[in-house]
Amino acid sequence: MPKTFIISALVEHKPGVLYKVSNMFWRRGFNIESVAIGTAEQEDLARMTITIKGEEKDAEQLVSQLEKLIDVLKAARLDPQKAVIRELALIKLNAADPKIRSDIFHYVEVFRGRIVDVSPTSAIVEIVGSKDKIDAFINLTRDFGLMEVARTGETALIRGPESVRIDV
Amino acid sequence: MSGAKALVESLEREKVEVIFGLPGGAIMPVYDVLLDSKLRHILVRHEQSAAHMADGYARASRKAGVCMATSGPGATNLITGIATAHLDSSPIVAITGQVSTSQIGLDAFQEADMIGIASPVTKYSFQPRRVEDIPVTVKKAFHIASTGRPGPVLIDLPKDVQMDSAEVEFPMKVEVRGYRTDYKPDPGKIGLAADILADSERPLILAGGGVILSNASEELQKVAETILAPVATSLMGKGSIPEDHPLSIGIIGMHGSKEANSLIYEADTLLAVGCRFSDRTTGKLDEFCPTSKVIHIDIDPSEIGKNKCVDLAIISDAKMALEALYRALTKTLTEKKDTAWSRKLKEIKETNAVKAENSGRDLTPPKILKELRRVLPPEAIVTTEVGQNQMWASLYFKVLKPRTFITSGGFGCMGYGFPASIGAKTAVPNVPVVDIAGDGSFMMTENSLATSVTENIPVTVIILNNRMLGMVAQWQRLFYNRRYSAVSLGDVPDFPKLAEAYGAEGLRIGSVEEFSRAVKESLKSEVTTVIDVPIDSEENVLPMVPAGYSLKDVIG
Ligand SMILES: Cc1ncc(C[n+]2csc(CCOP(=O)(O)OP(=O)(O)O)c2C)c(N)n1
Repeated sequence: MPKTFIISALVEHKPGVLYKVSNMFWRRGFNIESVAIGTAEQEDLARMTITIKGEEKDAEQLVSQLEKLIDVLKAARLDPQKAVIRELALIKLNAADPKIRSDIFHYVEVFRGRIVDVSPTSAIVEIVGSKDKIDAFINLTRDFGLMEVARTGETALIRGPESVRIDV
Repeated sequence: MSGAKALVESLEREKVEVIFGLPGGAIMPVYDVLLDSKLRHILVRHEQSAAHMADGYARASRKAGVCMATSGPGATNLITGIATAHLDSSPIVAITGQVSTSQIGLDAFQEADMIGIASPVTKYSFQPRRVEDIPVTVKKAFHIASTGRPGPVLIDLPKDVQMDSAEVEFPMKVEVRGYRTDYKPDPGKIGLAADILADSERPLILAGGGVILSNASEELQKVAETILAPVATSLMGKGSIPEDHPLSIGIIGMHGSKEANSLIYEADTLLAVGCRFSDRTTGKLDEFCPTSKVIHIDIDPSEIGKNKCVDLAIISDAKMALEALYRALTKTLTEKKDTAWSRKLKEIKETNAVKAENSGRDLTPPKILKELRRVLPPEAIVTTEVGQNQMWASLYFKVLKPRTFITSGGFGCMGYGFPASIGAKTAVPNVPVVDIAGDGSFMMTENSLATSVTENIPVTVIILNNRMLGMVAQWQRLFYNRRYSAVSLGDVPDFPKLAEAYGAEGLRIGSVEEFSRAVKESLKSEVTTVIDVPIDSEENVLPMVPAGYSLKDVIG
């Protein structure tokens, strides 16, 4: 049974790097679920959080293929049990019907989301949490006017002082 | 100083002696500076050959080779040669002109996204956008190309950056963060490997191209002799042990020797060094030495477990690891004189040798290649093209020294051998260099004859001429019911005449004696000689293991 693995990689924050890394995913045939990327603790570094579906050895290969890229300074697998893992999703829903509008408000509360934009006919919901939680919310709203979804992909850090970083 | 001048001066500081290339609009500032430089420029007739020449130069000399081209079509023409160097871990630095920075992305004249195109087939690619960045870029490029697991590096230089001026500094050293080369063997693991090998009754060594790249042949031989392990090589590892050594069993794999392909199934321990278990080497992977313990030494951590799961992995430079292993082995082991396993090896070699003597016809590739070995000095360099010629060479031409057999192993690139031979000859002008060619492959880069003649770089080309795309024809004969599709080349061109048209020497031979004489003459000649050797077009390279089959399933 394929499993999902989370890999954190510290990369050079400069043009072309994202291309080189994602090209490697494609070339080596990795089954990538999501990639989240943003500036890391230093301006000139970016952190990529990659989730991959596969066997244990696929995750290991991905780490060594990442580390082989010169623009990747460090890569490591995160143990999901020992990591904080979050994803943010913005979900636009059709909310013209008052009944649906109140259902939405209800679900958002249950999922501990927030309504971040409202118009006479639509609403944008923001949800932060695990991938599964966001999947569940999206599935729930599919039947009443799901319009648009934007997700960041999972991003993660190891709990406690242990970390995937480089010394400067 | 201008960017172009900074580039050329950086190359001089890297002790570059020669650049293989062909100019065009986007690299003209650099070519203008080259006129006043000590650097030798060798003009090619197609940029693919420039990359192959740089590659051949690198493999023969242990130094990075340099090739150069203009933007767009010039640069894309280099790509086949860059990819060839990439798969065989050969250190080359390719320099391409690029359109000016203000034009990049606008589909300007002769623009190609070289970083995009080259990234998957280079170890790294640079596009410096400021004159100040050029010296450090060049320094990094040579460092990356020639250390660790070597490979090609691209420097794509926009034309305005070549023309701009700035004050530049030339660094003596560079550091590339994110790039590690300091892989030293873990002493614990070396001890463990030594224990496993000392306990093993039937050890076998598989040596790959990494042994040659790290100049570890001597260490390899010492380890093999200590544990009396037969040494098989991959195609890239050919020459890592002298093939006339009693422990050498030749190549393993699709066109492996009978000795190698059978002994691998009897070994109880496999020590694989600097090899990546490619499909051409292992045959069907699940059935590749299934019962033996596998120890894998490689400098590239991503090769560990990529193809073959192993019992013990040692991430290290091959030379350092083999040195340490030898020391660990000699601590516990006294040199073995004779084992049941070594007697078996001797027996197998003797029976196969007798069989090989008994083939009738005269101008067969095995006979020609054995004669070639007799005629050439041990240090002579042989390059090959791709196809049957390459596999005959690997089976029947015994290589006696590392770096004297140069072939496109990973990429299998037709047209490689001839320009690579010119590159090798440029690196070691006093050593005879011979390209073993097929007619199809030779035609792909035959225009390098012009370069070899005008630049006075004489080599010998031996065309095993079957008037066929022979290897494809062989597959059609064996696996497609003799349905020959698009493999007949006709009896053109007349190769001796073609050679003469370029000002080279050309001859056609009809017997082994004539062949022998022709080769000897060619070694004395001041121009390149093309020797046309007509052979039977139905000849197969045997033994052969069909693609996807286990190495046990040998035909022939
Ligand atoms: C550039 C390139 N195109 C196609 C092939 C596929 N291919 C492999 S061997 C071969 C035939 C080579 O013919 P020739 O050079 O005459 O050598 P022979 O096999 O006859 O010795 C071909 C077409 C290749 N390896 N490289």
